[in-house]
Amino acid sequence: MYAYDELDRTLISERVSEFRDQVKRRLSGELTEDEFKILRLQNGVYLQLHAYMFRVAIPYGTLSSKQLRALAHVARRYDRGYGHFTTRQNIQFNWIKLAELPDALADLAEVGIHAMQTSGNNMRNVTSDQWAGVAPGEIEDPRIWSELLRQHTTLHPEFSFLPRKFKIAITASEHDRAAIKIHDIGLRLHKNADGETGFEVLVGGGLGRTPFIAKTIKPFVHGRDILSYVEAILRVYNQYGRRDNIYKARIKILVHELGIEKFAREVEEEWKQMGDVGLTLDHAAIEEVRSRFSYPAYEKLPHMPDELKQAAHDPVFERWRKNSVFPHKVQGYSIVTLSLKPVGGPPGDATAEQMDAIADLADRYSFGEIRVGHEQNLALPHVAKRDLPALFKALDRVGLATPNVNLVTDIIACPGLDYCSLANARSIPIAQELTRRFANHDTAGLIGRLHINISGCINACGHHHVGHIGILGVEKNGEEFYQITIGGRADENAQMGTLIGPAVPYAEVADVIEDIVEAYLALRDRPEELFVDTVKRLGVEPFRERVYATR
Amino acid sequence: MTSPLEQKKIRITGPSVVTANRTWDGAVVYRTGQRGWSTELVDAAIVSTSDDARALLAESAADDVGAVGAYIAPVEIKDGGSIKPGNLREHIRAKGVTIDLRVPA
Repeated sequence: MYAYDELDRTLISERVSEFRDQVKRRLSGELTEDEFKILRLQNGVYLQLHAYMFRVAIPYGTLSSKQLRALAHVARRYDRGYGHFTTRQNIQFNWIKLAELPDALADLAEVGIHAMQTSGNNMRNVTSDQWAGVAPGEIEDPRIWSELLRQHTTLHPEFSFLPRKFKIAITASEHDRAAIKIHDIGLRLHKNADGETGFEVLVGGGLGRTPFIAKTIKPFVHGRDILSYVEAILRVYNQYGRRDNIYKARIKILVHELGIEKFAREVEEEWKQMGDVGLTLDHAAIEEVRSRFSYPAYEKLPHMPDELKQAAHDPVFERWRKNSVFPHKVQGYSIVTLSLKPVGGPPGDATAEQMDAIADLADRYSFGEIRVGHEQNLALPHVAKRDLPALFKALDRVGLATPNVNLVTDIIACPGLDYCSLANARSIPIAQELTRRFANHDTAGLIGRLHINISGCINACGHHHVGHIGILGVEKNGEEFYQITIGGRADENAQMGTLIGPAVPYAEVADVIEDIVEAYLALRDRPEELFVDTVKRLGVEPFRERVYATR
Repeated sequence: MTSPLEQKKIRITGPSVVTANRTWDGAVVYRTGQRGWSTELVDAAIVSTSDDARALLAESAADDVGAVGAYIAPVEIKDGGSIKPGNLREHIRAKGVTIDLRVPA
């Protein structure tokens, strides 16, 4: 956990007072909506179909039990009893009242949570691996660097009015769980030949109407230089980024139009010209931030405790354990993913009661810590293996032990037309129907790893381009249609999926996905060949044929 | 279902209303014939020509304190005179989400 210092607490508290005054002036008519809009967006407040939507940041996906209880409180007191975890380590409340927002923010500020820069054309929440600090083989905890970047970019005047929103993600593991290649800047922590810690810097990734995979502009930037190097990138973007056309304003367009080599040269030139602007991180500065992260006092525990051996006779427990429990860097401990994808449920939603229950379980079994992943699931990062059977029973009681992590029903979906004012089509009902079609966990297990991503419009909040199966809602003559892509992926081998054919109507989407999965089962050369690898080996044609032959 | 945020020209082809979100809580509201707002579609002022729609929208947008983001939305007048939202988007705004929520609204 990271402990905020006095400066952070003061900043958050002052921000609440400031926003309270802005809301008061808006409701009295002193501020027009045009004047107020930019202010509310800077505090994570959107206006959606039915109500205001309030987006709260969960920096690098780390929450304390106390913070999760505060989110449950906001859901219960100010909203309709639930929240929606997003693909960028945020939580959204869909029914918040503007008049009550300052009180909600004040309650969150009590536990060090805020909504600054969760919308608007600024630096958004710096995201990271939800297993940061506990993943085996990690170079080091990437959250140290996420926090340094968060501190530097929060309310930074030069980055508060960028051409468009700007997203950074950091990973420190070989397997990328932070989807860095679809971010404006992706940072991969690694060590150089001299054993020094630094970053591979990737730029220009992003989805939306013009998707690009990020490209490397510098293979190694020393850790001490990362703030100044990121600042150089932002300066180049601030200078050359398109402000005249919202559809061409993201840095990915600039990188694409300039070419990666020229963009890299511009950044290098800017970086040199900047010289020493006080951004070099000395050892003490890094250690100061590092020291504010606390780590559990792990016990020395056996690799295979008796409790686990006994529970292994229970097939229901064992199925969950094999699916949702992952190796930890410390012997005797595990990382446990809590699926927020129950059969028939809206992906990523959690009720206030579930949040409270998770907070209690985190206190009992995970040193009071919870993580949020971009796949819209939660994790308990420090669970002693001896506690896994008891934890499973407790999770099952509150509907959080669905054994479908990384399987066909672990669907990533945006809120879609049920909530979002930008959407053209619904996402959640499609996801719900698919979870019912593949509700048999044995069947889902046989299918194996398969990521379905659904977006209700081209803005791609559901990351459909990089889903193994991507589903994009479009509008045709007032009706909902869906384009299907296959073969995308969001990990270290990130790539965009390929469209398999004409869009299909709402009522046929689940049938089409079933056809695609059946085709995969028939085409894979062995059970271990993942869906995405079969597509890579054979291309989309056999799938296209299967789907459209009878349509 | 094109987002009304992208609504550029006012040209209606059938009965329409002006809708917005109430400023203090964001609730869906409809412009009434009495220059007020109502949460019930049945209370909405119906317009049938582009000129009338333009005038109703201008009057509605002037009430910036009462409601936000006013725009023109299609409706259907059923036999018997009942009013229904004219597309799925407006149906969802009027009736609520189409999904089973874990917690009832």
